Amino acid sequence: MNATITAPRNPFPANWATRIGWLVLLVYCVWAAAQLDFTWDRFVAGLANAERFLSRMFPPAFGGDKWEMIVKGLTESLEIAIIASALGIAISLPIGLMASRNLSPLWLSWPARFLIALCRSFHPVIVAIIFVKAVGFGAIAGIGALVVGSIGFISKLFADAIEEISLKQVEAVRASGASFANVLTYGVLPQVFGRFLGFCTYQLDSNLRNSTMVGIVGAGGIGGTLFSAFQRFDYDFVLAILISIITLIFIGEILSNVLRAVFLDNKTISQWFSRGGARARVTARGLDE
Amino acid sequence: MTIDRSIQIRSLVKEYKRGVPVLKGIDLTIAGEGITAIIGPSGTGKSTLIRCINRLIEPTAGEILFQGVDLAKLKGAELRAARRTIGMVFQEYNLVERLTVMENVLTGRLGYMSAFKAWLRKFTPADIEEAFTLLDAVGLASFANQRADALSGGQRQRVGIARAIMQHPEILLADEPTSSLDPKTSVEIMELMANLAGKRNIPVIVNIHNVELAKRFCQRMIGMTGGKVVFDGTPAQLTDENLKTIYGGENWIE
Repeated sequence: MNATITAPRNPFPANWATRIGWLVLLVYCVWAAAQLDFTWDRFVAGLANAERFLSRMFPPAFGGDKWEMIVKGLTESLEIAIIASALGIAISLPIGLMASRNLSPLWLSWPARFLIALCRSFHPVIVAIIFVKAVGFGAIAGIGALVVGSIGFISKLFADAIEEISLKQVEAVRASGASFANVLTYGVLPQVFGRFLGFCTYQLDSNLRNSTMVGIVGAGGIGGTLFSAFQRFDYDFVLAILISIITLIFIGEILSNVLRAVFLDNKTISQWFSRGGARARVTARGLDE
Repeated sequence: MTIDRSIQIRSLVKEYKRGVPVLKGIDLTIAGEGITAIIGPSGTGKSTLIRCINRLIEPTAGEILFQGVDLAKLKGAELRAARRTIGMVFQEYNLVERLTVMENVLTGRLGYMSAFKAWLRKFTPADIEEAFTLLDAVGLASFANQRADALSGGQRQRVGIARAIMQHPEILLADEPTSSLDPKTSVEIMELMANLAGKRNIPVIVNIHNVELAKRFCQRMIGMTGGKVVFDGTPAQLTDENLKTIYGGENWIE
């Protein structure tokens, strides 16, 4: 028998560095809130104003020419979103490929990554302002702004997805003497297609949201209508516009889910709407990925 | 007159890190017929040697002469044209999992196709006919439209072999084709490979860990250790003494 009995070993030793880190974060939040007058009293003081604002919103005004303005604005937003998504995705495919460090040489991937970082560095509103100044008011500025945003977002995701593929499968296709293009379509694309499609529908979703906003700075779409309604204190019209935007976003969300279900899980649309469809989707995805 | 399918390897060196060669000057002539086994401990450069032949790995120095060209010097389109004539079977099958079995087999024809035709799956009727015939030969015709990741290991390796044969190769390389398989399936896979390659007079170079399996199927055995060839002869010539030199130690030999 080995008689050396030591103190019980602790499998979860205290990590003081982490504890201090959390404490510092908490102290900073309290300090920053005080700096910004982020207090309960200030909130209560604001409530009276909110009551007046809300009461003027009801009932929402959909009548007459207002309805026409909403339809016109939403149609333009939708067009901006779809064109920007299509262009953004088309441009992102080659950029994502160039940025992937496993398939592209360094001299190509670094510039591509720099371009992506550049596209990501500004919020769409700022990019939209730049485009409005450059090409003038209207939908073309909005499309430009959202294309830039789309490139920054999905090129990065494309590149990351390509970097995670199994190179063994690629190696086998290369060994058959296939050209680079054929290696891409047979060795790379099948491995990333599902995820690419997911990114694309997500980007369409996100562009739909952003297309309702770029109008605020004059880059076309429903945002412009909304902004001028705010400025005229036309709050019942504001509410009508907000409700319309919410409806549009919801429809977009449902459509992109259906798209994903059909392409990724080989489901029919009626199956997706039936009970248990969502649960089956999760398990199918779990096995898939 | 038959085509010469032999390979001459001359002073082949591969260094992954400068000054640390994995292959230390390999000189080999492999006949253009039958099955040649390369045995040796893990990490001794067997896979590197085989991948230097079809240039999945770039050799550092040396020559690999095959049908009048030095494979080690080829570039671009010439290299791809040479690769089409070299079939390869992998340890982990390396099928494209999300493609169907049929698409995987037809991948063997990609070296002969333009990007546009390949994208549209416009394979010639002759290619498709041959792919079905090969799937029949490996016993998987009923799986043609299933995704490759639905198959078992043995089934995947059969598809891998069909894909390699689909290239109409002048030579077949196999990198540990049975190492991920059970003993019975291993024998079946070796039989299948010997059979399909034998019928077409395709010489096979196979890296293999199982010495008994190698002896059973190969006409020639090459023993490597430490990046050098230390044995070269027929299976009958391979003695326990040789195995000791190749793998080191002796307790494992019964």
